Amino acid sequence: MKKYTYTEKKDTRSGFGDGLTELGRTNPNVVALCADLVGSLKMNQFIDENPERFFQIGIAEANMMGIAAGLAIGGKIPFTGTFANFSTSRVYDQIRQSIAYSNKNVKICASHAGVTLGEDGATHQVLEDIGMMKMLPGMVVINPCDYNQTKAATIAIAEYDGPVYLRFGRPSVPVFMPEDQEFIIGKAVHLQEGSDVTIVATGHLVWEALVAAEALNEQGISAEVINIHTIKPLDEEAIVTSVKKTGCIVSAEEHNIFGGLGESVARALATSHPTPQEFVGTKDTFGESGTPAQLMEKYGLDNKAIVKAVLKVLKRK
Amino acid sequence: MPTLQELQDITVQTRRDILRMVHKVNSGHPGGSLGCTEFLVALYNELMTLKEGFDMEGKDEDVFFLSNGHISPVFYSVLARKGYFPVDELNTFRLINSRLQGHPTTHEGLPGVRIASGSLGQGMSVALGVAQAKKLNGDDKIVYTLHGDGELQEGQNWEAIMYASGKKVDNLIATIDLNFKQIDGATDDVLPMGCLKTKFEAFDWKVIEIKEGNNLEAIISGMKTAKSMTGKGKPVCVLLYTEMGNGVDFMMNTHAWHGKAPNDAQLATAFEQNPETLGDY
Repeated sequence: MKKYTYTEKKDTRSGFGDGLTELGRTNPNVVALCADLVGSLKMNQFIDENPERFFQIGIAEANMMGIAAGLAIGGKIPFTGTFANFSTSRVYDQIRQSIAYSNKNVKICASHAGVTLGEDGATHQVLEDIGMMKMLPGMVVINPCDYNQTKAATIAIAEYDGPVYLRFGRPSVPVFMPEDQEFIIGKAVHLQEGSDVTIVATGHLVWEALVAAEALNEQGISAEVINIHTIKPLDEEAIVTSVKKTGCIVSAEEHNIFGGLGESVARALATSHPTPQEFVGTKDTFGESGTPAQLMEKYGLDNKAIVKAVLKVLKRK
Repeated sequence: MPTLQELQDITVQTRRDILRMVHKVNSGHPGGSLGCTEFLVALYNELMTLKEGFDMEGKDEDVFFLSNGHISPVFYSVLARKGYFPVDELNTFRLINSRLQGHPTTHEGLPGVRIASGSLGQGMSVALGVAQAKKLNGDDKIVYTLHGDGELQEGQNWEAIMYASGKKVDNLIATIDLNFKQIDGATDDVLPMGCLKTKFEAFDWKVIEIKEGNNLEAIISGMKTAKSMTGKGKPVCVLLYTEMGNGVDFMMNTHAWHGKAPNDAQLATAFEQNPETLGDY
């Protein structure tokens, strides 16, 4: 079994900020917009180096999405930055009409997704954003797992022509993906080979899945772990190939089980290779205030919850 | 430049196009379309600096955004008559497999359209993005927009209005179609908006009024004044006083024709008042 370790913890939003900084140096068409959350989105370096290519919109997310669409018409590659809740549910119709339906090359970059936003509570902890965004025709939905992958994803989406939703988070989490990884939109990354069960995870839950796989290994259960950084388009081939070998699957995400990665996986498998599946995610509930670790445990999003789901699904094989 | 008579001919023919389009499919929005016919005819045929053909970016030319997308019939007719796509295609308005959707969209690739509109209140934000891209690109051309007066009830407009002056977006001329009517009745009855001139001025815009918004000469003169006010640090608002249903007597002085098509007899009457000029499609 492959051993995963980390030497430092970093927030994924810093991966976004550093990726944006690199884009500022390499791609003159990249512009950035923010709705009064520059520090939270780690956009300061880009702004310092490219003040003329940064648009401070103020607390007006609807306007930001429209301006981004307009900048795209004018040949720019706009990256919008605000919290995930204000990047999606607050501005759904603006994204739907002016960006998705109009097919504008806008990158909607969303920080502080999920319960790990922590103490601010449920008003800010969006757990429905993946569902909302994947339902929009043509929208690419990406939820990278650590600092390195978020940085690589940020750089990669600038090369893709079309609307993208890039979701990341607030807390410091283990950095375990290689710095020089190749990020291919829609291509899942195999992290652990296994034969008894497949675990597909996205975002912060990828690390939890690796920890769970180690614990399962100690119990003699061989878990395959796949990092699904792109929820749409979903790498269905990687998932089907894996479950043909293992015969059961657990999906894991920091998101409502209604509408998230798990449902996309279930749809893919139902139409090609029906497979017993368990869902790790929030169970149609809002979050609450607390520390990220407390909330991950309380809402069943940590490695223990994944182990439990695996033990359950194994009985259904 | 076209003569006034030529512009009047395009105007009358555009009215006929609008009426035929909505009559054929028994749906669509003739009232607001007729109210803005003179404005759009003047804009596209006299006022805007346009390149040959169409490209999405619109670099080094003036661009226009229709925010109140439901008046698509007038937009489509003016675009077709200007040569963006075949005039015959107006025949497909609102039909299945058409590029002329009920509300304008880029989705089917109709030349002349740069954004989808219909869900109200989004056009000014988009125009601001294009205006700022033009500045980044060193392009000194103008971004024009059109909005319904009722549409200003959507809050996103006021985010955009605040931003435009705050960020000195002075290559934008936003025109408000001031017909004082919306679907449910008079704007004053649905939601009184007070004095829009005062409101825009309070948001630090330059405002001009065109009181005769269905008079080609008044529109041309007023819009030239508006253009002369661009590039001076402030966005420009044009309050265009129009008559909904203009040019068809029974459609005027009422909001009844906002989203209703004429029947055969009504179409015949409307045609009598607007004899063919450039040829029907």
